[in-house]
Parts: sequence; structure tokens; C-alpha cells
Amino acid sequence: MKQFAELFAQLDGSTSTLHKVQALRAYFQTAPAADAAWAVYFLSGGKPKRTVPTRTLREVALQVSGLPDWLFEESYQAVGDLAETIAHVLPVSPHAQPNAQGLAWWMEHRILPLRSMPDDERVLAVQACWTELSAVERFLFVKLVGGGFRVGVSKLLVTRALAQVSGLDAKTIATRMMGFADANNQPGAEQFTALIQTEVVAGEAAETSRTGQPLPFFLAHPLQDEPAGLGNLVDWLVEWKFDGIRAQVVKDGGQVWVWSRGEELVSEQFPELQQAFANWPEGSILDGEILVWTGGDVPAGFNALQGRLNRKVVSKKLMADSPVVFLAYDLLRLNGVNRVNNTQRERRQLLDAFYVEHNSSSVANGMPRLLLSQLVTAASWKELTLLREQSRERGVEGFMLKHVDSRYGVGRTKADGLWWKWKIDPMTVDCVLVYAQRGHGRRASLYTDYTFAVWETPPADAAQAQEVAKAIANGEKVDDTVARGLPRLVPFAKAYSGLTDEEFKEVDRVIRKHTVDKFGPVRTVVPVLVFELGFEAISRSSRHKSGVAVRFPRMLRIRHDKPLHEADHLAVLEALLPPETTV
Amino acid sequence: MDLVVSRPEGLYCPQGDFYIDPWRKVDRAIITHAHADHARVGHNHYLCAAPGEGVLRTRLGAISLDTLPYGASTTHNGVKISLHPAGHVLGSCQIRLEYQGQVWVASGDYKVGPDLTCDAFEPVQCHTFITESTFGLPIYRWRSDAEIYAEINAWWAANAAQGKASVLYGYSFGKAQRILAGVDSSIGPIVCHSACEGLNKAYREAGVKLPETFTVSEVLDKSIYKNCLAIAPPAAQGAAWMKRFGNAYSDAFASGWMQLRGGRRRSNVDRGFVMSDHADWPGLMRAIGATGAEQVIVTHGYVQIMVRWLQEQGLNARAFVTEYGGEGEGEAPVPEQTPEQEPSA
Repeated sequence: MKQFAELFAQLDGSTSTLHKVQALRAYFQTAPAADAAWAVYFLSGGKPKRTVPTRTLREVALQVSGLPDWLFEESYQAVGDLAETIAHVLPVSPHAQPNAQGLAWWMEHRILPLRSMPDDERVLAVQACWTELSAVERFLFVKLVGGGFRVGVSKLLVTRALAQVSGLDAKTIATRMMGFADANNQPGAEQFTALIQTEVVAGEAAETSRTGQPLPFFLAHPLQDEPAGLGNLVDWLVEWKFDGIRAQVVKDGGQVWVWSRGEELVSEQFPELQQAFANWPEGSILDGEILVWTGGDVPAGFNALQGRLNRKVVSKKLMADSPVVFLAYDLLRLNGVNRVNNTQRERRQLLDAFYVEHNSSSVANGMPRLLLSQLVTAASWKELTLLREQSRERGVEGFMLKHVDSRYGVGRTKADGLWWKWKIDPMTVDCVLVYAQRGHGRRASLYTDYTFAVWETPPADAAQAQEVAKAIANGEKVDDTVARGLPRLVPFAKAYSGLTDEEFKEVDRVIRKHTVDKFGPVRTVVPVLVFELGFEAISRSSRHKSGVAVRFPRMLRIRHDKPLHEADHLAVLEALLPPETTV
Repeated sequence: MDLVVSRPEGLYCPQGDFYIDPWRKVDRAIITHAHADHARVGHNHYLCAAPGEGVLRTRLGAISLDTLPYGASTTHNGVKISLHPAGHVLGSCQIRLEYQGQVWVASGDYKVGPDLTCDAFEPVQCHTFITESTFGLPIYRWRSDAEIYAEINAWWAANAAQGKASVLYGYSFGKAQRILAGVDSSIGPIVCHSACEGLNKAYREAGVKLPETFTVSEVLDKSIYKNCLAIAPPAAQGAAWMKRFGNAYSDAFASGWMQLRGGRRRSNVDRGFVMSDHADWPGLMRAIGATGAEQVIVTHGYVQIMVRWLQEQGLNARAFVTEYGGEGEGEAPVPEQTPEQEPSA
């Protein structure tokens, strides 16, 4: 554990990519393969299934530290990270010499066994672990229990370090690493050795020894400039950009595997896809988008899709109410042969042929589940620009532009070709900050998570808006202010991104100055700050008091120029709603 | 009978008719220490601990100032006043007030750990203790100075070996001198920002032993920018002053806020050294316990938390609203001693 703790300290303490790769390389060269395998797993985002519930960790930390619950909670609010809070409040270890076993030993002998222990035994076991570890190691222990390291190390850096250690190119490593960090994988020494071995395994498809693995996703760059700068339109494949879940569907080992972009295996969330694609030929990988499609010309909004995620049980009713389809736009492997180095045009032709052959059999519950992303044709960029204005009514986010010669690259790279996402501008409203919460991680103890409201009805004038602000500052009940004939502020969205660090500090100061009340971590703030909020889409929602839900809300800017009474009202939001397609 | 009350001008002793670290202009002010949120300009008359005279004059210029050695007492309007070391920075004191058998102690800012640059905190028995709570959460526990200095030395030596300067940000008054007093000056030359150098002078004149330092205008041989330790106020980060170190320097921040990963990442430096001039949680508890006070009044920092904790320990605890510490509730994420304005060049 000590060696991994030292690596962690180096990674955490540095802001330089170069240093991080150096530290990783040094670790991978010297650590035992079994430890290195676990390190790769965690640093590339692996999360083992939870071995100890968070609740239990907290309880044990309270017992051992002797702190009251509220004080632990305040500490947690200041730190913004449970593992770190626990590490800081536990008494100094009674052992002068911490346990010297490595990462793999800790995982396999101490941490993973916790999962199957009875509750009371588990509490004692966690306590025993803590007494054997130093402060940094305790922090790591809690992280290992729950996964989810955020040390500013991307999978890309791990890949690069492994490439340097092995002398292989990063693309080969990236391909071998697919699925490595999946929750169901238990990394071991032989897996690490296989990652960096220099002999090329026979057959392109067999680059990974594990069954059902996806290929590294190729990611698009946002198009900032005019598309005319991209040259000749005929060199580009144009498709509508759907707002679904990016996924690869793999047919391998007699099974259908559905992988999300985060390399999470999500097959079980979508039984209808597993069923529909069961007859695909072995050794196929298609790339595309999972969408909820209830009929009609446009997919359901992302809201509907969100209801399908992270379900323990996918009920028949859910599958009937929110049926999913897979809209394919690329073909990466066919009959066990990788096609990622074919051109975009060639892959598209293969995809078209695949679709023709298999769409009629790709059916579940009588509904076709394989759709083909349509190519959009236009005579000129100008015509395409006009077409793009239909995006909202088509329920899409704009266009994808893929160069006809583009290979399928690894990650957000331009080395293998170009994919651009050409999104429409966000919708915007001017709204008022009404609640604030502290952020997490580097923003812990700064107020960076905000709730925004619009007026239910527009205030008559500036004075009336100020009257409302005054009432809030005085702690008057909303019902009372409404009874006095004053307009109400209706919260409708939360956002925590879009401002610079400087702006966050400024807003933080205003919030502290204008707090009227606290409910747990949430502060009620006098409405003094108006923001321009941007979002990608809006839909009706019965779960929100305002009756609407917005997608990807973020702050575009602080509107110091905008007085309170000129913030938008609910009718402005409602006017942005798409026409009702289903009842 | 309250010997100290809160007034719009600052903490006030009605029996003695004087203020403690007032934030508005008053006639008579007793100053616990010379940080800007406690020692402000414009009062008619000042009193501070004798060892703090040099730094207070350095900061405030020409003022009408009386001093009192630690432990000595004076009586004003029947209130017996004595000043006792607070261990925070050079000349920092706790103010002990005694009137008709009642004893109150206002501690300003303090730490209970050792500091090479100032007298150690002295526990003073009292009925009411007025305390800070800048690091009033159990997550704040400091390690020994020896460990911190060893970390700084190792970082400096490793950078010097690679031909890089080590730029260490710390407050120009207190922190800078504390770093200087404990680092291993045999590793290389030490450069100080001019904002620190003025206070270095005041410290040296007060008899505090500091290693030799240079300001950049004194540096003739530019090669020292390849292996020096450079001490600068946080405001120098990203300022023109940094240009002389090129791109190949390593930077770090010395502050209690570096205890948390979030604080380190926010400060955007290579390293964070957890060195604070304030008491940590065990230190606050020890200091409060040692006074034997039945009543504790919390002035700044994690005020509500400390008040609630002390009440749960059976003490009579409450808060004074003050303008110390800068951030409204002292949740000051970064930096410590916020109101201290540093020249930015």
C-alpha cells in the first residue's frame, strides 16, 4: 500500500502532465504486476462493487473518532470528500510501523472480503484495517472501498505511461485496456502482463484476451468556427446529432454486450437490445446512440432516457413506456475483423450493408430496435446551415460532420481523422440565484452549486421586485408575500459550471453576505444576482415545481447589467417547450 | 459583569473605556498583533506588547504608541491590563483584563505550537476567554514543525539539484519569517520579496535570528535563480515578479489551508506545506481548557461550530460578531489572514 500511497501523493501533488506520466512510469516499472494491475484499474476509473456501505464507513469513523454526528457532517462539508474527512478525523495510528503489504494484498485479503461479511464483523474489520494504516493510506483505503479516484489522472495518462513502459504504441494499449476498469473485472498479475507484453497476439480482433470488450470510443471535437472553413462539403458525411447515450454494441462469445462511453457495461439496463441483437453475427461491433423512441418522427427527450438508467429492475411497464432503440452510425468490427482503420466512407458502406441484412431480425416485442443514422445531404454549407435550424423540432442537437477519409481514432484525437460536432446554440434565460450549496473537491467550501429561479409572473416594476427581495431578506414566508400581491420566484434549475474561478469567488462572497437561512448545507440567498443560464433542451416535468426540466444547464454569464425585475418569467420558459408530440 | 462587549467600532471594555483590535477609528486601542485585520490605522492612541513595537510601526507608520512588556501590568480607569504571549507572530499578545476580581482574556489570534520567531503561547487563567476559531474543525491537526521543515528542505534541495528555483508563497508578516527561521540555509541562497523584506528587518531588529536574505534588486548574479528558495506573498503568484524565475521553477504554498486537497488544488501550486500560525483543533481545545474559563466567546473562524461544540462540553459559550478573519464566517477557504493586503509587484 505504501508504494501506491507514494504514487498517489506524487500524482495528487503535481499539476504537470509530464511529472504524472513520469511517476506512473516509475511505478509500473517497479511495482509487482499484481499491484500494478490494481493501480491501472483504479487510476483508469475502475470502481469495484461497494464492499462497505458509505453509511457504515461513517458510523465506524464516528465511533473511532468520538465525534458527534453534526460535527463530522460539518467537517465533511468543509472537506467535500468523505475519504479525506475520515482520514483527518481518525486518531493517529497506534502502530509505529504501518502494514507493509502491497495494494493487491490489501484488495484481495482485506477489502474485497468485507463485502460478504455480516455487518457487525465488518465494522470490526474496518476498524482493524484503519489501525494498521497511515493517514494517507486510510484515505486511500476509503477510496479503494468505494472506487472513484479523482487524482487528475486520466485514462489517457495511464495509457501513455504504459506505452512508454512497454514500448508499444498508445493505441494498442488503449485497445487492450478496454473493459479493464469494468466493475466486474478483477484485475490480476497476468492481466497486467498481458497489457504490456510486446508479442502481438494473433488476429486483430483478439487484442484483448477478455470476451465482449468494446473498442476505445472515438470522440468528436466541437466546431467553433464557420463550417465553410472545413473545405468541400462532399468530403464530409453529415448526420443529425442525437442526444442519447453513446454506446457500442458488441456481439461476442454468443452474447450481446452494450457498453456506454464511460466503458460501463450497461447491457442489463436494456434487455430489449440484448434480445433484438441476439442474432447478429459473432465478432460485430457497432457504434451508435441509445434513444427512447415512442413512435413518431422524433425521439423522446433525454428525460425519458434518464428514467431508464441505473435501474435495479427493468420492469415490463418501463420497457413498454420508454422503449429504446439503437441508432447505429459506425461499424467497427465485422466477422471478427476490426475495421477501425478503414475510411469513414468504407465503414459507412459496411454499416449500410449490415443494416440491410440485419434490421428485419433486430426486433424485440414487435418493434424494430436497430435504426440507421440517416445521412443528411445538402448542396452547400449554406443550405446545411439552414437545415440545422430544424434541429430543435427534430429533437436533435445539431449535426455531426465526419470526414470521409477519417479512420476511427482513440479518444478525442485528430491523429486519425476528424469528427466535428456542430451543435446549435443553447437556449437561454435570465434568472435569479436563490439557493447555494458548497461544491466538492477543489471547490469544497466555496459556494459553487446554485439553484436558479424565474418569476412566476413578471413584477410590475423595479420597486415591486425589490419588495420581494426585502421580504426574503426578512425571512417572510412566501405565502405571505404572495398574499400581499407580490410575484413569486419559482426555482427551475441547478447549475454549477460556466464561471471562472474568479467569478466563483466573487459570487461566493455575495452569497455569504446575503444568506438569510440555512437548511443543512443549503443556503437561502436574497435574490440579488441575475445570471444568463444556457441549456440544451427543455421538457415538461411533473417532478419539478416549475413544471419544466432543462437539460445541461450552465451559467453563461453574470448579468450585472440586468436589474432584478427584468429577469425572465415562467411564460418565457414555457414558450421554449417543444410542441407536444405525445400526450 | 461583562469586561468586554461588542460595539460597532470593535470589542470594547466599558469599565476601562478602550477598545481591543477595533475596526473603526477610536480613541484608545489595545492591539493583539500587527496583522491588518487586527491593527488598523487611524486610532488616536495604541498600546501593544513591547516585542511587537517594531512590526506594528513598520505596518502603521507614525502612531502614538505605548508598549508593555509581556507579563507587566498597567491600570487604566481601574482596569488592570497585562499582555501575555499568544504565539501567533512576533509581538502577538493575549490581553488580560482584571476588574473587581473578574478576569477576562482576549486572545486575538494564537497558536499553541512552538515558533522560532516569537514567544510561546502562555495559558492565562481567567473567568472568560475570548477565542478565535480559524481552524475550528477536527479535521485540522498539525504535524510537528520538524516534519514540515524537513519537507520544505527536501523539496528545495530536490529543485536545486535540478537547477530550479523553489518559490514558496507565504504571508509576508509572520509566515515568511517563520519559514526563514527554520529552513536549512546551507541548501542555497534565499531571496525574499520586498513585501517580506521590510518585516524581516523588523524581526532582525527585535533580535530574531534569520538567515541572510536578498531582495531581487540586490541580486547581481542571476544564476541564483537556479537554486534559490524565494519567499513571496501569495499575491506574487502569476505577477511580473515571477518572470525572473523563467518557466523552470517549482512553487508551493505554506498555510494551514493546505491541509485539505481542495485547498492545495485551488491554490494551483506544485506543493502545499501545512504550516499555520493558528491553533489547530487540539490546540484550540488545549488552550481553552488551560484557561479554566467558564465562559468562552468566539470571535472569528468556524464560530457557530465552535460555540455549539463548547456548549456540548458544558461551557457557557457564545459568539461576538467581529470583522476579524475577513470572510464573513471565517470559512475562509484560502487564504489565511485574508484582509492583509499585499503589494502586488
